[in-house]
Amino acid sequence: MIERAALVAALSKVRDPELDEPLTDLGFVSALGEDEGRVTARLRLPTYFCAPNFAYLMVADAKTALLSIPGVTEVNVVLEDHFASDEINSGVGANESFRATFEGLANDELGDLRALFNRKAFLVRQEKLCREVLDAGGHPEDLPSLRLADLPSSRAAERYLERRAELGLDMSPGAPVVVTANGTRIAGTRIDEHLRFARTIRISVEGNAGLCRGLLATRYGTPDPEGVTT
Amino acid sequence: MYEKDGEKYFIVDGHIHWWDASPENQKNKYGDGFIRCFYDYHKNLSPKEYVWPLEKYQKYSQEDLMHDLFEVGYVDVGIFQPTYLSDFYVEGFNTTERDAVLKEKHPDKFILNTSFDPRYEQQGLEEFEEKVRRWNPKGVKLYTAEWKGDSKGWKLTDEWALKHLQKCLDLGVTNIHIHKGPTIWPLNKDAFDVSDVDDAATTFTDLKFIVEHVGLPRLEDFCWIAVQEPNVFGGLAVAMPFIHTRPRYFANLIGELLYWAGEDRILFSSDYALWQPKWLVEMFVDFQIPEDMQSELGELTPNIKRKILGVNAARLYDIPIPEGMDVADEGTTPEITDKPPVPVGT
Repeated sequence: MIERAALVAALSKVRDPELDEPLTDLGFVSALGEDEGRVTARLRLPTYFCAPNFAYLMVADAKTALLSIPGVTEVNVVLEDHFASDEINSGVGANESFRATFEGLANDELGDLRALFNRKAFLVRQEKLCREVLDAGGHPEDLPSLRLADLPSSRAAERYLERRAELGLDMSPGAPVVVTANGTRIAGTRIDEHLRFARTIRISVEGNAGLCRGLLATRYGTPDPEGVTT
Repeated sequence: MYEKDGEKYFIVDGHIHWWDASPENQKNKYGDGFIRCFYDYHKNLSPKEYVWPLEKYQKYSQEDLMHDLFEVGYVDVGIFQPTYLSDFYVEGFNTTERDAVLKEKHPDKFILNTSFDPRYEQQGLEEFEEKVRRWNPKGVKLYTAEWKGDSKGWKLTDEWALKHLQKCLDLGVTNIHIHKGPTIWPLNKDAFDVSDVDDAATTFTDLKFIVEHVGLPRLEDFCWIAVQEPNVFGGLAVAMPFIHTRPRYFANLIGELLYWAGEDRILFSSDYALWQPKWLVEMFVDFQIPEDMQSELGELTPNIKRKILGVNAARLYDIPIPEGMDVADEGTTPEITDKPPVPVGT
């Protein structure tokens, strides 16, 4: 018998690549069960037509995460109510690549797509961190010289460092905080516009996340955490 | 026309549909899935009193449309944006032919756009030319995620898409509305990415590219392009209803658009029957950026609202604006700059 908490903990590490949030927080896990090492998870998405490439990634990542739990011998992840459910469920079930799952419709795997959204997520987390630093009384002119060692111990800093490490960027204490997604230091004169664009990405992603939560709630008749806030 | 507090607003609804998604017209499960997906958008983002039963939402009458837009919705001119979805619906979802029925009855109320699909290649080009001869449209609505047999989409940079855009230029069809969806070829790429619009806008500087949904869910990609390309505009379909459900988010969204694209390149749209213009217009005219956000985002003046609600679209479509409802100045469109030095990287 595997603790349910272990299953949830594993799935909480799987995220929607576009929204940079865990599937468990987004309400995408509709059922989770285990019997003698055999795990079944059911996933559901906000719309029937959610992008199939991201859907595939979430199903495949959920399977990998659950298989990594000691004692789990078999995992079946089922995507419900999606136009490509059949293809994705049988493809991931048989450990087929994305390209093989969507034969003729794809010309590569999803590494580039995932990396692109990891970079966007990093820039968003960096912008949030910088806002926190400024809100706490930091000065904009000090941002260029801010180093990893100077970071406060906060949730925003933690989240920033997590994505930064994942991108393989320099994690040494002396490394600059405000960098491009490729790790290049931003000159002081360009920091404003750098953060200005990162803010636009943040607003885009926040809007999508809100809409996705609302659509999921409407679709499945669950409470809408993003309901009217006036 | 809408009037409030002594201010008059000429209303051009930049994106409307008259669709038939009734079970009789659904070709397969995808047609059912598509309209149910639309219906969830409608239900989730509309005020309760404006939510229709599913049956009406699947297929509404001419009278419904005339009433909701022109009798109670303040709309002066509505722009039909056809969406064929021929693989999902027997007679198509919302074709030029269908919209033309209403256009013929009420020529002054509607702008009739048409569409093309580059995957029909030479034959498509000829049929497109025929459509333009027949209806003399000034614009096209393109849906790049449309399915066609085994194909799940296309890009504006495809060889035959470029030929069609050249044909648009030759025939004077100058307003190109782009609507991105969840699928594309190849499927491993981000289907919502609007970078192909960047390339097309650079190649065809005499065409205007109106990115529907202001690029959502890729607002940042749209803003990135709009700041560089003076011939790129944003349509507010899908973005508008946030004014009701999440007004502070809507303020941020409008703030971003005014910052990157400027007040002259944003177009009001209800996306009817996804949402109804009556409440959108009323709420938008009443809307102001919350006070605590104004130092960052500025304020929405009546002139900015007038441009977004009608003047900008009227200029694109040569629609005469009644006296007292035009805006004389050219606005504060941000200077077109080189690519901002903030690449997400590849």
